[in-house]
Amino acid sequence: MWSFSNIADTLHTWLHNTFNATLAKFVEMVLVGVCVISLFAVLGLVLVMMERKVSAWMQIRLGPNRVGPKGMMQSMADTLKLLVKESMTPDGADKFLFNLAPYIAMMVAMLLMAPIAFARNFMMWNLNIGVLYVSAISSVSVISILMAGWASNNKYSLLGAMRSGAQIVSYELSAGLAILSIVVLTGTLNMNEIVLSQADGWWIFKGHIPVIISFIIFIIAVTAETNRAPFDLAEAESELTAGFHTEYSGMKFALFFLAEYVNVFIVCAIGATLFLGGWMPFHIGHWDGFNRIMDLIPSSLWFFGKTFFLIFLIMWFRWTFPRLRIDQLLNLEWKYLLPIGMFNLLLVTAMAILGWYF
Amino acid sequence: MFIVNYIKDVFTALKSLAIGLRRTLFYFTHHNEIITEQYPDNRATLRLADRFKGEVVMPHDANNEHRCTGCTACELACPNGTIKVVTKFDITPEGKKKKAIDKLVYHLELCTMCNLCITACPSDAIKMAQTFEHSVYDRSQFTKVLNNEGSKIMEGVE
Repeated sequence: MWSFSNIADTLHTWLHNTFNATLAKFVEMVLVGVCVISLFAVLGLVLVMMERKVSAWMQIRLGPNRVGPKGMMQSMADTLKLLVKESMTPDGADKFLFNLAPYIAMMVAMLLMAPIAFARNFMMWNLNIGVLYVSAISSVSVISILMAGWASNNKYSLLGAMRSGAQIVSYELSAGLAILSIVVLTGTLNMNEIVLSQADGWWIFKGHIPVIISFIIFIIAVTAETNRAPFDLAEAESELTAGFHTEYSGMKFALFFLAEYVNVFIVCAIGATLFLGGWMPFHIGHWDGFNRIMDLIPSSLWFFGKTFFLIFLIMWFRWTFPRLRIDQLLNLEWKYLLPIGMFNLLLVTAMAILGWYF
Repeated sequence: MFIVNYIKDVFTALKSLAIGLRRTLFYFTHHNEIITEQYPDNRATLRLADRFKGEVVMPHDANNEHRCTGCTACELACPNGTIKVVTKFDITPEGKKKKAIDKLVYHLELCTMCNLCITACPSDAIKMAQTFEHSVYDRSQFTKVLNNEGSKIMEGVE
């Protein structure tokens, strides 16, 4: 049957039969790089389009409908516009940091792609500390935002960056606690093994109430971490024009924009892997017949379906909830999410020890 | 009790968020409620809201008669001097002088569509029209005379 892992294996054996080991490795690395970059481009186009359509339908509007069939080429046209625009660097800016910041934002997003299992036996790097790696690397993204805000030499940018710093640093804690509850249940940090542990049901069903609580905390925390509404204080349009990327234009702005959407994709992919079984089809305990029918749907479709469901959820939040104030934001984290998350982790640990899950 | 209030807070918050999410999901799944008018394409079938106000007009009937008595209530009601009533005196058949309008000058470029003149008018002589394509090449074209050429007041309107 057709699958990503078959293609990858065929390519791998062909490369090793044709070239020597070093060259084959090098070619594989280049191919992976090209694949990641093209995935980025496609994700940027698709997610921007999806966001605009979802927002339009939720606000009883039509959304883009002029460029291409049903307006589906609108994001292409926007990309073209951004490509031909001048990328200005303001006079007062710290030029080196100002130009470096968007690339760091992109690099962080690219690095985060590495340990994600896209389909059965198909991942870039089968890393044994995948979850830890993801939570470690994702905290680097705040550096790019602080860098952009500071180097712009602009009050709006600096305020946006400072807010973003406070926000990301604090919300990482509860995201980490939510991730930890799944790690406690599976006993592994490897993404692929976490997916394999859900072969008899996804954790959100197997772990019932405590895992559902940590799923809710995870979704809230990652929405805050990716700086999306209702937690978009870093770029609050009504207060700070565009926050940390006020001074950016052209392709440099597009990189920030793209990084935001790719980050959304990545956190949703991680959420899908941890709570909804990643590429694992919908299995119920020992109903072998039912499980076999579900296996007929390719694992990559399951993965992307779940990820896009979570992305839709986050978009849904964005177009429903009003923005929080900075004090409300920190109250929510330190007075509600963190204590509940800690208590919940205790509950999950007790559950894991006593075996009170399915 | 602090802890009871705390838990109550969490649940009320979740409930109110769920209410908001349900509303947007309803709109997301009901495309027939879309209110966008695709304006230049559907000019013939354009639906405007009843409350939409485009400009002040004075309706005339088939005999070129209007209901304006020239009382200047609209001119006094207007907050920014948009309306200027120029009055004259007609001689009635009985030989009495009667006040009537010569011109009702309306400056569209000054009008904020506040509707105060329409509510002030005691004889319902003016109303708001729903026209909105007002672009012209010269600003003097915005100064309009609302009563038609040679029109006169309707019988029985005092």
